[in-house]
Amino acid sequence: MNFVDNAFILICAALVMFMTPGLALFYGGLVRSKNVLATIMQSFIMLGLVSVLWAVVGYTLAFGTDIGGLIGGLDFAFLDGVGMDNAGSPAENLPHLTFMIFQCMFAVITPALISGAFAERMKFPGFLVFSALWLLLVYAPMCHWVWGGGWLDEMGALDFAGGAVVHMSSGAAALCCAILIGKRKGHGSQAFIPHNLPMTILGAGILWFGWFGFNAGSALAADGLAASAFVATHLATAAAAMSWIVAEWVHGGKPTTLGAASGAVAGLVAITPAAGFVSPMAALVLGLGAGVICYGGIILKNKLGYDDALDVVGIHGLGGTYGALATGVLATIGAEGLLLGNGHQLWVQFVSVVATWAFCFAMTFVIFKVVDATVGLKADDAAQDKGMDIAEHSETGYQW
Amino acid sequence: MKKIEIITRTFKLDEVKTALAGIGVKGMTVGEVKGFGRQGGHKEVYRGAEYQVDFVPKIKIDVVVEDDFAAQVVEAARKAAHTGQVGDGKIFVSPVDEVVRIRTGETGEDAV
Repeated sequence: MNFVDNAFILICAALVMFMTPGLALFYGGLVRSKNVLATIMQSFIMLGLVSVLWAVVGYTLAFGTDIGGLIGGLDFAFLDGVGMDNAGSPAENLPHLTFMIFQCMFAVITPALISGAFAERMKFPGFLVFSALWLLLVYAPMCHWVWGGGWLDEMGALDFAGGAVVHMSSGAAALCCAILIGKRKGHGSQAFIPHNLPMTILGAGILWFGWFGFNAGSALAADGLAASAFVATHLATAAAAMSWIVAEWVHGGKPTTLGAASGAVAGLVAITPAAGFVSPMAALVLGLGAGVICYGGIILKNKLGYDDALDVVGIHGLGGTYGALATGVLATIGAEGLLLGNGHQLWVQFVSVVATWAFCFAMTFVIFKVVDATVGLKADDAAQDKGMDIAEHSETGYQW
Repeated sequence: MKKIEIITRTFKLDEVKTALAGIGVKGMTVGEVKGFGRQGGHKEVYRGAEYQVDFVPKIKIDVVVEDDFAAQVVEAARKAAHTGQVGDGKIFVSPVDEVVRIRTGETGEDAV
């Protein structure tokens, strides 16, 4: 066990935890004022629900003894055998509890990301049940496949900090949910204008800050690789913020603050699978592409007309997919991508992309249908008119 | 007595207030309002989605004065709020039947 690594990863876990309230602000500012609390709640309460589920059974499904490359066994259920030393820890330099809580924070934010797709029209009880099932039936297996010794791990798929596990999975789920739940009342006829963009920018800043824990911490040690991932994360994000506003400046006429914030998040998403595998300059190039591609994604959504309210598909789905494929091209640290002549890696990345999208979309479809038919998911028109804050929580964000 | 409603640009509030105070207006009520006239609204763009926003933020200043003072107040407000561009706003003048000062119970012009 290494005490320095332990200190670093505990701090990183705290940084990743801070991303979820950051996401709550990011999403909360983007909705209309009558839905601000319900939207914030759909992120914040994941700190409660997912943390409990993770400790009871989620962690062991992800990191328990491998069963057929598909899922972890129940050996760590109720955190049995997860202690203060490194016995049984997937990272030998860390106490098993440190590794578990670091991974817990990833699990918390992933279902919260999906909530942007069905913002302003999802009932709270259905949301809780959907998120719980999604965590256990989609996130935990994905986590096992990629990091827990599952089949994608065995195949050699590169996913440093969660391009597939966190972003493609939530993006695929978001697309499925947006299609199945249908549009918000008034979509296409009313203006859905963000009610507080300063809140959104602050949220994006917190996400950027927390993401250093997400990506640098995924080195699982306070070493040079962590430094490399930190720098790659920062440069890709900076580049994507710039390329998004340039793209919209050219295409739409003006650079917007929401564009700068969205570009930064797109860069953070895209560099996530690559963070520990690419050089600083490769990260910068990757980020430049992320801003333009994800801006294209949201323009395409506006043309296709489905109501992914807060652009989870365009930013997390598309950004994660692009990042996973770009990792197969640009990897030079600890792995070899197409640039070093290893075309096979790009093929492996492609397989991981297809598998992730197919699995997450299909499983989300089933979970959504089951929860919709039992607990119910979509708020009726009257509740949407009133606002989800009053309809679901009997409170309002602002008094005047 | 007359009530004078001045609806104009938000940044003109201080100039109008100073002008009215300068000719002896003793009180006024100010509110933030939204609306549109010939100026129309404006376009806003969020992640590439364009929205037409019809209601433009304005301020509304209400003043109640004696009948023979009204014309002077209107002219002072008009000059202070004037830029010459579309969107300067409107001034409405209407009769007031009664005014009551809540503290003392005074009525009519004594209460203005």
